[in-house]
Amino acid sequence: MAKTGHNGGVPRIPRQLYRDDGLVLRVQKLGESDRIITVLTRRHGRLRAVARGVRRTNSRFGARLEPFGHIDLQLSGDPKDHGGGLHMVSQVEAVELYGKRFLTDYPRYTAASAVAETAERLTPIEREPSLRMFQLTLGAIRALSAAEHAATLVLDAYLLRGMGIAGWAPALTECAVCGEPGPHRSFSIPAGGSVCVDCRPPGAAHPAPATLELMGALAKGDWKVADSSDPSLQRECSGLVAAHLQWHLERGLRSLPLVDRH
Amino acid sequence: MYEGAIQDLIDELGRLPGVGPKSAQRIAFHILSSDTTDVARLAAALRKVKESVRFCVTCYNVAEEEQCRICRDPRRGNEVLCVVEEPKDVVAIERTGEFRGRYHVLGGAINPLEGIGPDSLKIRELLIRLGNGDVRELILATDPNTEGEATATYLALMIKPMGIAVTRLASGLPVGGDLEYADEITLGRAFEGRRAV
Repeated sequence: MAKTGHNGGVPRIPRQLYRDDGLVLRVQKLGESDRIITVLTRRHGRLRAVARGVRRTNSRFGARLEPFGHIDLQLSGDPKDHGGGLHMVSQVEAVELYGKRFLTDYPRYTAASAVAETAERLTPIEREPSLRMFQLTLGAIRALSAAEHAATLVLDAYLLRGMGIAGWAPALTECAVCGEPGPHRSFSIPAGGSVCVDCRPPGAAHPAPATLELMGALAKGDWKVADSSDPSLQRECSGLVAAHLQWHLERGLRSLPLVDRH
Repeated sequence: MYEGAIQDLIDELGRLPGVGPKSAQRIAFHILSSDTTDVARLAAALRKVKESVRFCVTCYNVAEEEQCRICRDPRRGNEVLCVVEEPKDVVAIERTGEFRGRYHVLGGAINPLEGIGPDSLKIRELLIRLGNGDVRELILATDPNTEGEATATYLALMIKPMGIAVTRLASGLPVGGDLEYADEITLGRAFEGRRAV
């Protein structure tokens, strides 16, 4: 039986401290000096929490709650509560603050923003654990900060694998309709990927065969093939990946058109 | 639910940022119990702010005339321009009394997650303003957070090829604070920006 508060009848909300590590996806201003942070955590999925006073210059952990930071945080609230109530951030330690590495690299900042927004959209239910999504997103942000591969290639690889986790991976090596082994020359977003001559719907795209190979390489993590690909193929690949993602998300990503692809 | 005018007032107050339903109700009942002349003065101030305040045609700060007070002031230098995100940042810098140049208000910071790109800000207007050749130094005074830093990086990329010196406000330890309580990022920035004494 739920305990009641002083005013009688109103159940007291149980709050407990718990700890997790997570990646900061988004921060929003709240009131005079607070922020709501959206974090994709390892064990508790995506959650939103209030960080009090972090916009003040004397805040002791405001700098650790900037976007793209991998943090170890202590929260107060009921970790089993799936009602969407906001938890409170009580302590934060930095594991690795990737955000500061993007500050002098505008193209990587825009790609990281698209990764963060996609992670938010691919975890629609708060506090539903998604370890694979957490690991994939952390890996993408880490790869962007390492600057070993082109930012747009890392972003496209992330989007392809993220769609795979969500169950929307485009068919690249077989026909999306009949399963006929490929490679096939046509690509239809409504059909779900590459399509054979017999299943090809009207309006299907005809990307270069090397573009589909590049998409396959990005989905598998074959960076040797991806890094050596022609920029024109990378642009075509980005277009197909973005169109495929937006088709399944129904509502477009705000950050994707702002990705600096120069 | 109250009826009529009081509920309308609570609803309108509740739409203000940071005002929840309980606060809206408290403010509404405070207004109801206040002196009529006080309420009339508040109503007149609200009407006046909407009717007479506009954005300066030069720097996009808030102004009551075509140009703001700072752009009209002939004693201020044209060689140094300070770029800020919001009009309230102009007030904060003016309080220091250290800056005698002019300002440019961007109207926000680049934030792809909110769909705010360079085209949503007054960046094109800034580039046109810099094109007249008066400005020798541009101070980037955007907020020291991820969005502010990204905006500063973007502006530096655009403006450095124009031959104008681009500087960024220093980051570091707050005056009056203890070193042991500084977070690692602030302390790291303080080390990067150390100066000879």
